[in-house]
Amino acid sequence: MADPVTHSDGPQSDGQGHNSGLLRYRDDKAASHAAVTVDAFVDQDDALAVRIEPGDEARELIPHLARVKLVEVNFPAFGDGRGYSAARILREAGYDGELRAVGDVLVDQLAYMRRCGFDSFDPDAPLDAGDVEAALARWPDVYQSAADDRTPIWTKRHA
Amino acid sequence: MRILTGNDLKTGAVTWWTGSDWSLRVEDAVDVTGNEDEIALREEAARRVNVPYAIDAELDAGSARPAHIKDRVRALGPTVRLDLSLKPTDPDIGKWVI
Amino acid sequence: MYRYDSYDQAMVDARVEEFRDQCRRRLEGKLTEDQFKPLRLMNGLYLQLHAYMLRVAVPYGTLGGDQMRALADIAEKYDRGYGHFTTRQNIQYNWIKLEDAGDILADLASVEMHAIQTSGNCIRNISSDHFAGAAADELVDPRPYAELLRQWSSFHPEFAYLPRKFKIAVIASTTDRAAMKLHDIGIRIVERDGEQGGELGAQFYVGGGMGRTPMIAPCINEFVPLDRLITYAEACLRVYNRHGRRDNKYKARIKILVHELGAEEYTRQVDAEYAHMLDQGVEPPFAELERIRTFFADPEFRAADEASASNEPAKTASEPAFQRWVRRNTNPHKAPGYVSAVISLKPVGGIPGDATAEQMRLMADLAERYGFDELRVMHTQNIVLPHVHQSDLPAVWRALDGAGLSTPNLDQIGDIIACPGLDYCSLANARSIPVAQKISERFEASGKGEALGELKLKISGCINACGHHHAGHIGILGVDRKGVENYQLSLGGSEAEDTALAKITGPGFSEEGIVDAVETAADVYLRERTEGERFLDTYRRIGMTPFKEALYG
Repeated sequence: MADPVTHSDGPQSDGQGHNSGLLRYRDDKAASHAAVTVDAFVDQDDALAVRIEPGDEARELIPHLARVKLVEVNFPAFGDGRGYSAARILREAGYDGELRAVGDVLVDQLAYMRRCGFDSFDPDAPLDAGDVEAALARWPDVYQSAADDRTPIWTKRHA
Repeated sequence: MRILTGNDLKTGAVTWWTGSDWSLRVEDAVDVTGNEDEIALREEAARRVNVPYAIDAELDAGSARPAHIKDRVRALGPTVRLDLSLKPTDPDIGKWVI
Repeated sequence: MYRYDSYDQAMVDARVEEFRDQCRRRLEGKLTEDQFKPLRLMNGLYLQLHAYMLRVAVPYGTLGGDQMRALADIAEKYDRGYGHFTTRQNIQYNWIKLEDAGDILADLASVEMHAIQTSGNCIRNISSDHFAGAAADELVDPRPYAELLRQWSSFHPEFAYLPRKFKIAVIASTTDRAAMKLHDIGIRIVERDGEQGGELGAQFYVGGGMGRTPMIAPCINEFVPLDRLITYAEACLRVYNRHGRRDNKYKARIKILVHELGAEEYTRQVDAEYAHMLDQGVEPPFAELERIRTFFADPEFRAADEASASNEPAKTASEPAFQRWVRRNTNPHKAPGYVSAVISLKPVGGIPGDATAEQMRLMADLAERYGFDELRVMHTQNIVLPHVHQSDLPAVWRALDGAGLSTPNLDQIGDIIACPGLDYCSLANARSIPVAQKISERFEASGKGEALGELKLKISGCINACGHHHAGHIGILGVDRKGVENYQLSLGGSEAEDTALAKITGPGFSEEGIVDAVETAADVYLRERTEGERFLDTYRRIGMTPFKEALYG
């Protein structure tokens, strides 16, 4: 999958200036389209941004991925992990646009979210920049495959 | 009466609100009826206690005895290891709990 | 046994630093307790009735002497000199300070141990057959598959916030010593179509569990090829993560999803996800499974007739107490001349599963001296020396006997599983341990324990069923009746290959009353049994009525 910005490049500031808490790990300009619900997105040919709620079926978007500029995945509560699957499913389907986690997004979930394909974050409460950096630099390796391009330990062992 | 209990954030030890501080001894607990939420919020925010909550208790020989067995076990220690409890040498302490 | 390479070590070390940092942020007030709780739980740290409790993972119950010794050191250095072995083959400490947690994890990491995912709504420590690699009746050693699953499930980014906790057990024999069908996923390694020497694969049982809604897992796939094992597990988990209930924590386990969808529909959804996943490249290289297998190769067993190197006098072998222990507490081994020896943590009147630091060190010594440096934690809260040469048994027994670890009661009524109950656990409604103590004392005094033969008694102090009461031949559930402890009796459960859920006899009993009730039920069995019948067999034959009449009549 396309994910051109690596951890060490750090987050890109949001050119729109609409939210100082936005963290982005992409080179392109942040999408500013208003996100609509999955149902509305599927019905409206001109919608460009969509917001997935925990109970939504992410796969309904797959036929429409070509026009998606931004997918927001909402985490109303950080303990509801359905958004991780939604993100990975979209990346598995080839979506390479912006995938943004919004809502109750905390620093201790960022590393796993990155692994599931999220490349931007709009948390309800701003995150400490130092904590973010530490969290994303934490893991020297990964055990399993996910939606990022990191090579699992078990593959490295037999390379 | 209502008494306020929680755990020390650093050590995890069970503590009781004495009116001015937190004590390991349930005998030091004071009635907080009416003020429990206010004290709990303030003390937790200051991290002097972790997850405080109020429980029912009765006065027993002048000091608080929690109404429910769970809180009495909490106040003392495991009944099966009284040697580790707060009163390892009190022969009648088992009766206080049950 | 499995040993870390630099990759494994680096991951565990990183986790130590991560948790140190999280603890620091909690102590500084940058994390609220609500935010910190799932993070500490994913490192096994609970806030229990008296203090913080730390649960340390013992992957598939296997540990070496150095690791057992490190557990003893932690008990002394950071706790109160003892630890509690659990029904999921782990160990937990009851008196931990948050400010020590990082140092404890660092000490564990120094012996390739950790507390990762021993709690929280994630994939928990993988459990297995405690006689794995030793049992005469196993097809293969199931632990390499458990280890592969351990790696896959460690820090899995998609499955860290599941609807609820998720427990996996792996076995590889027809005898089930791991309560496999009472897990969220139970895996049995089998030969294709049951043909001897056939290709190995994994049978998947999904949606079992105990707790407030006990269920026996249905088999949803008879044969998953070993080079698709992880892909299939991933599919099972993804369907659960997406569709498991999150509206009610009591209905959030996968057993409810499988039950509400029906096994057939759940299987269909898994199959669809699996078909998709096969293209995603999530399966490890098969060489990794082969690498892991080399760690579980047989040790260099001695010849069956070789003499012991110990200086235990020959006459020990003729002592009745020794002979009784050998009869009761050893299990047949695949290698001639060897047995697996069970170290009992069930002394009469003792606390099931507790061991002092001194006892742990002794077990470590015995493992190093007589057991190829290997120990196992049993889900029945005992410890196993999996490979002991028969000639060394007298010396092993002598040492255990001197440390209160030789109670000859394996699978008998004194070998009680009991959760910590209200003495330690903030979820409990009643105490479990005192009931276990009284029952073991009662049957020791009456001398009926041996006559009763195999009789598995399991006690839980609340509906969450950590003491496996649903699966006891005799089960006891402690409840709170208007502030007073009350105990429900149930009969007929089994966690073995003949998995069954126990049925409640009727109204509950007081603490004293439940001890009498257990004796009454045991007496009905002694009266009604026919030659060779276990308690469970008699119950199945005669049903509940005679027991009810004796208990309430």
